[in-house]
Amino acid sequence: MAFLRSILFFVLLLHGFFSPIFAGSVGEEEFSEELLLKPLPDRKVLANFHFETRAPPTDIHGRHHRLFPKAIYQLVQKFRVREMELSFTQGRWNYEQWGGFDPVSSSNAKPPGVELWAAFDVPPDQVDATWKNLTHTLSGLFCASINFLESSTAYSAPDWAFRPFSGSLRYGALPREAVCTENLTPWLKLLPCRDKAGLAAIMDRPSIYRGFYHSQRLRLISTEFGSHEGVDSGIVLEQTLTVVLQPVAQRNSMTYSSGSVLQPTWSISSIFGRKVGGSCVLAKHSTVFLELDRGLVAELKKLQREDGKFEVYDAVSEGSWSNPGFELSVTPDRVIKEVNSLHSESSSILFEFSLEKYSYSEPFDVWFRWKLPVVWSCLQAPFHVSRFLMGSGNERGSIAISLKSTELSEGFHVSDAIGDGCRLRVDVFQIVPWYVKVYFHTLQVFVDGQPQIVTDVVEKIRVSPSEDKVSPGVLEMVLKFPCSVRSAALTTEFDKGFLHIDEYPPDANQGFDIPSAVISFPDFQASVHFLEENSSNNSPILSKFQESNPVLSYTEVLLVPLTTPDFSMPYNVITITCTVFALYFGSLLNVLRRRVGEEERFLKSKEIAPCRCHKDWSAIQIVRQAKR
Amino acid sequence: MAESNSSKVKPRPIVRIGIFLVSHSLLFSVLCCTAGLLALLLLPVLAKNTYISENALMPGSANPMLSTHDITEANRLVKDIIASNLSLAEAGIEIPRLVARYMSDSGAEVYYHKFHPQLNQFHPLRFFSSSFNPGIIQDNSSCASHGINSVGIIRAPRGDGKEAIILVTPYNSARIELNEALSLGLVYSLFSLLTRVNWLAKDIIWLAADSQYGEHASVAAWLRDYHTPVFSGLGKLDADTCLESNAIYALKENPNTRRISDVFRRAGTMAAALVIKVVNRREETDKDTLSIYAEASNGQMPNLDLINIVNYLAVHRQGLRVKVEKLYSLLDSVWLKIFGEILELLGTVARKLNPQWKFGIPAADYIEGTATLASSMYYQALGVPTGPHGAFRDYQVDAITLEISPKVSLNNEVRRSEFLLRSGRLIEGVIRSVNNLLEKFHQSFFLYFLTAPGKFVSVGVYMIAFALLVAPLPIVAAALYSDANKWGSSSTRDSPDPCLTSTDEPANTRKSWKWLHAAKVVFIVHLWGAIVSLLPYLICQLPESTPTTSMLTWVLLSIFCLRILYWILGSPYLNISVPQPQNREWAILKSVMIAAALIGLGLMSIINFATAQIGAMLMVPMCLMAHPLKLITRGGRLRAFTLTACNLLLGFIGFPPAALLLLKSTMEGFSSINGSDFWSWVESLWAWNSATYLYLGLVHLPCWVLCMHILLHPV
Repeated sequence: MAFLRSILFFVLLLHGFFSPIFAGSVGEEEFSEELLLKPLPDRKVLANFHFETRAPPTDIHGRHHRLFPKAIYQLVQKFRVREMELSFTQGRWNYEQWGGFDPVSSSNAKPPGVELWAAFDVPPDQVDATWKNLTHTLSGLFCASINFLESSTAYSAPDWAFRPFSGSLRYGALPREAVCTENLTPWLKLLPCRDKAGLAAIMDRPSIYRGFYHSQRLRLISTEFGSHEGVDSGIVLEQTLTVVLQPVAQRNSMTYSSGSVLQPTWSISSIFGRKVGGSCVLAKHSTVFLELDRGLVAELKKLQREDGKFEVYDAVSEGSWSNPGFELSVTPDRVIKEVNSLHSESSSILFEFSLEKYSYSEPFDVWFRWKLPVVWSCLQAPFHVSRFLMGSGNERGSIAISLKSTELSEGFHVSDAIGDGCRLRVDVFQIVPWYVKVYFHTLQVFVDGQPQIVTDVVEKIRVSPSEDKVSPGVLEMVLKFPCSVRSAALTTEFDKGFLHIDEYPPDANQGFDIPSAVISFPDFQASVHFLEENSSNNSPILSKFQESNPVLSYTEVLLVPLTTPDFSMPYNVITITCTVFALYFGSLLNVLRRRVGEEERFLKSKEIAPCRCHKDWSAIQIVRQAKR
Repeated sequence: MAESNSSKVKPRPIVRIGIFLVSHSLLFSVLCCTAGLLALLLLPVLAKNTYISENALMPGSANPMLSTHDITEANRLVKDIIASNLSLAEAGIEIPRLVARYMSDSGAEVYYHKFHPQLNQFHPLRFFSSSFNPGIIQDNSSCASHGINSVGIIRAPRGDGKEAIILVTPYNSARIELNEALSLGLVYSLFSLLTRVNWLAKDIIWLAADSQYGEHASVAAWLRDYHTPVFSGLGKLDADTCLESNAIYALKENPNTRRISDVFRRAGTMAAALVIKVVNRREETDKDTLSIYAEASNGQMPNLDLINIVNYLAVHRQGLRVKVEKLYSLLDSVWLKIFGEILELLGTVARKLNPQWKFGIPAADYIEGTATLASSMYYQALGVPTGPHGAFRDYQVDAITLEISPKVSLNNEVRRSEFLLRSGRLIEGVIRSVNNLLEKFHQSFFLYFLTAPGKFVSVGVYMIAFALLVAPLPIVAAALYSDANKWGSSSTRDSPDPCLTSTDEPANTRKSWKWLHAAKVVFIVHLWGAIVSLLPYLICQLPESTPTTSMLTWVLLSIFCLRILYWILGSPYLNISVPQPQNREWAILKSVMIAAALIGLGLMSIINFATAQIGAMLMVPMCLMAHPLKLITRGGRLRAFTLTACNLLLGFIGFPPAALLLLKSTMEGFSSINGSDFWSWVESLWAWNSATYLYLGLVHLPCWVLCMHILLHPV
């Protein structure tokens, strides 16, 4: 026994001694926290928190984790999630002002409310059941009514237009879900330092919920279940919080000769109300980035040229960083430039600030002060997409998606001077609830104001018509437009359906939502490549930027007013209907039953012997009395 | 009665009531008509106080944020507008640009909306449908004649963009007045405030509507493009070429500011719309005044809650005096005053008897209420919107026009700022209330008459008057028909001719089908009515026609048509040639006419209740009284005289042009009457697609003609 125990002890000791070495060699749990700040053209600031937790594959590492949240690990194991994305969003991403082409907007601009999609690694017949269980689990995990996505009327199975997972992908959206701190707190609990230390500590609730856009996102990629070829990287949990905040502008900011106003100065402490008190000790990377996008860099260069100061590009003086256009209070640890093949003249710049040397006693804060008014615009998606309802009344209407080309696609077709052969691909994915009965055959396509034959433009289409009270209507389309297109519009007509009285949700008079459509542009990849010295020590957010994903835009959520019954009046309705029916059937029966001739004969006979009848009646009464 | 009936078949009680009513139809109709008119007069007494029905609105629960700083901004815009108006001849382009620049500077999304004014033409085939193809209309409009609306949209910071609140300021860009500039300034101050607030849940759209082609036209054009845009580029191309030929005004913006495009932008479903106007009143009052206009096309009203919040905030928060339109001529009417005093007396007596009975109102209130009710009813009956808000109602959007006038002249700058602050805070409060709204307006009433800004008569109450007025019609029709049949049968029975008794059966059948002839006459006249109401379409095509000549043409053509129809289908008095004692032809005609009138009124009450109400007031007595003049003279002298006088008077009032002239003369005095008034009135009716026009042509006029037939019946 003692021998056995000593062996056990030895084994344990060995394990304890060697496992860190093993883990280090095959991959270890990793956590990184990063914050990307970016000034936006409309005097606002974008802040994008990016937390990434990686767990090595189970068969190497085992089931016990130091950093990776257990809830998520169990969820992945139980539902065999291959990929999943859950986002809670409040407000709308302003594609025109804040850009639609860079990786931040492509992956973090989400439709209002909750959006969830997941791909599973289960047999096709179990996907729906797994999805239903997953929605309930997430609902409990994030304090949200994601469980409403359980109903088959709420989710759909896109085939190819959304993501390339055929069959195993489910997509659902709840546009009306309100997002607040109750959803943020469980999300923060997944971080190893929660919001007690590190970057998450600056998430002052009032400041981040005061913003113009607030999107909290959770993305899971798992290669646990061997259907993937190649490297087995375990589970990656990516948590991002994107907020657009408005720094407080000085009232008496001076106006310049050109009439434009200087952008407001901002700092981390002024927009969040807190300073960064050092990094989370568990984090491998703890970095703050400041991004100046292409348009801004180009404008700044132009300013320099106007000033005539060549090569006085950046000046480091007394710990601050200065430039003719702006000034930074802290010297960045690194300046990373984008490698850009397409637009060689302008490439975005990243300033990197490492948080390792800061602590609570010496918190990190950087302010950004403009010296000159700069007007620039962010990089736009090839088309500006908007969707709206047409028509009025409670009977029918139509949904229109309008695409307006932006500078980018104009530049694209100029550079690609092929002529007629050049075609732009646009993918459309739209879910419509069943009570909005879309007639897909009424699809009309207009290009530059000219009606087109649908088959000329639509290259591929998949429609699954809605089934009443069972499934929503799904439209997936691949459109090919000529590159010279300036504007395009798609319209489909619909009829408004009727719901049963107990199917109306609360506040039914507000109308019903049609979730956002997803428009993607597979010809364009939203990726930014950065010039880096050592790629081994790559920061997760930068490697994320380098992944090539198609440019995505979400359209607006639509509100369809449907006919609603007067809920307060069922009693009146019942009474009136009953009265009408009683009157109708009563008189009908009366008319059918009556024989006028017989009645007259009867009355005549009564006329002849009225007293006899009377006598009979009294006789009966007498008999009755006698019986008593 | 039971004794006498016991020998016969004893009918069921409901039938007995029917027979009783028919046999006493005269008494019944007199009673019902008087009761109906009385009920109408009692409506101001029965009016209830308005209350805010939707709890989510919470008006006035937040302190207004509009400050004097915002008002100085407003004054800056007003000064700029006035300056640009003085300096530039082409203010038509300059002011929309100026407004758009201000909108853009406050941080909103801005665009220009160019539109072509649409001619109001009578299209008989698409009377109720508002769908049409603008391409056809625009073909001969020149490039110069288009208006430019500047539209600014504030996206609610954390909103989902599903709903929007619309603010409209109509102004004449060609010649802007101070009051219009002030309304622009007022809304601008609010708009710039709303770009900064953090409580917005719905988007805000400010439409600065260029009203040089009419206030309604510009708003309607914008709404049309919002709801039913045309993608196939006919209209677009036209506008684009115009843009190039005109000037490059829109694109020639400061390169440093944001470029203002022509791309139409939207902001979701409209929750409510407010049209804001500032007027410079001549007379001085003790308080700033707010007038509310709510009537949209075909008597549709916005939800009462919208009026309620405006009224509540204006009275209880900003201390404005709220007015709704009233018929001022009624205020001095003597008989109304007497009636009001009687009611007041009755009220006090009742209160003495039982303090719980509180139905009396002061005579002055009664007169005010009646005047307001009359105007409310008149404008609903007319079916013509009373302002640009009417365009919104066509798309089921609740909208009202707020007309704010200061107590002193607008030229006084100090008082002007105070006035702007007060009215700005009012509008801010309304927007904030509507912004709180989760559902669309549905809680409160849609069918109502206002008797004061804070009092209303709901549909359940005002229906009584109409029901009472219409009730005698079926009874009298039945009475006349049964009477005529009885007369007929008695005449055949009394006839000494023995051969008639042998052919009793066919005579009976002929008699029972006698109404067919009357029905034919009624049908012909109604057909004529339809033709008459289509005639203006042809008359409009005539070149160089003044209203008077058009009117004359219309009248002549109508008479001509009637003659032709009679010539083709036979005269109404055809059967008269057969000499028959006690000819009751006219009675059957009258009964069929009454039945047709009843159906017409019933249908109209569904489409536009106020029209049916007023129509019933004019038509029911006329129909009931109609009696051949020849027969009247056979009766007693006094009775004959009163009957003739009543018939003639009612016949005169019942004629639509005469009724209009009478109304105008009481409202504006006899001097303003013009022969072409009726034409222009009718023109406005069809231009606005008012169902009242259909009612006049298809129900009222034929009924009047039939009454005239009966009056002139050669018995």
